[in-house]
Amino acid sequence: MTITRRSMLTLSVGAAIGVVAGVRSGPAAASAEDAMAKVMEFAGGSEPAMGTITLDAPEIAENGNTVPISVSVESPMTDGDYVESVAIFADGNPSPEVITFNFTPMSGEATATTRMRLAKTQNVIAVAKTSTGQVFMDKKEVKVTIGGCGG
Amino acid sequence: MAAVKPRVKVPKSASAGEVITIKTLISHPMESGQRKDNDGNAIPRQIINKFTCEFNGQTVFTCDIDPAVSANPYLEFTAKVNEAGTFKFTWVDDDGSVYTDEKEIALK
Repeated sequence: MTITRRSMLTLSVGAAIGVVAGVRSGPAAASAEDAMAKVMEFAGGSEPAMGTITLDAPEIAENGNTVPISVSVESPMTDGDYVESVAIFADGNPSPEVITFNFTPMSGEATATTRMRLAKTQNVIAVAKTSTGQVFMDKKEVKVTIGGCGG
Repeated sequence: MAAVKPRVKVPKSASAGEVITIKTLISHPMESGQRKDNDGNAIPRQIINKFTCEFNGQTVFTCDIDPAVSANPYLEFTAKVNEAGTFKFTWVDDDGSVYTDEKEIALK
């Protein structure tokens, strides 16, 4: 296509915008504050107490594309007192949400395992909410040698 | 997309009241939306966003899944078995596709 002055202008404005956008290193990472805001939102407004829930994550993840994590919450898991859900957040990923596990008394135990992506070394946070309105959390730092966000 | 295949491991039988472990895997690229192709264009997000496990029609366990879950999502969880019956597993894709699998369990 012929390069008109108009297309040159569009191209250079686009490139300038691209440079400005690129300065905020992409993929844009969530901040620790974004993650804590999500934690508090899930917890219903207040910072949860540590304990009762255990988050297992490796200290060092060789491959950020697939990091095994598991959660376990002490709970009788009866109709009157059971863990309703556990949400997992990562404070250094492009977005903090990872997964929410929703349990029922038929779960037997409030425990679940999955594999997640970690873009870089960061904290993984697990928050549990029970049917009686209690909220707990656990946090682990995972060092990542090869990031898992495709770049 | 290459065939999306679920694979589920459920014990063949359990004693009444026993809590069993269920392992599930589904082959799926879980395209996060973060990757770029060779021309620098973002590859659109396409993930499994919901997983459900039911037993004899009742919900036992579900997951709301975000792009930070790894490709070929692996989910391991437990279920308390009080009677014989059928587990039904469902995975829902962003594009609306629904994948399912079923496993029977007997009482010892």
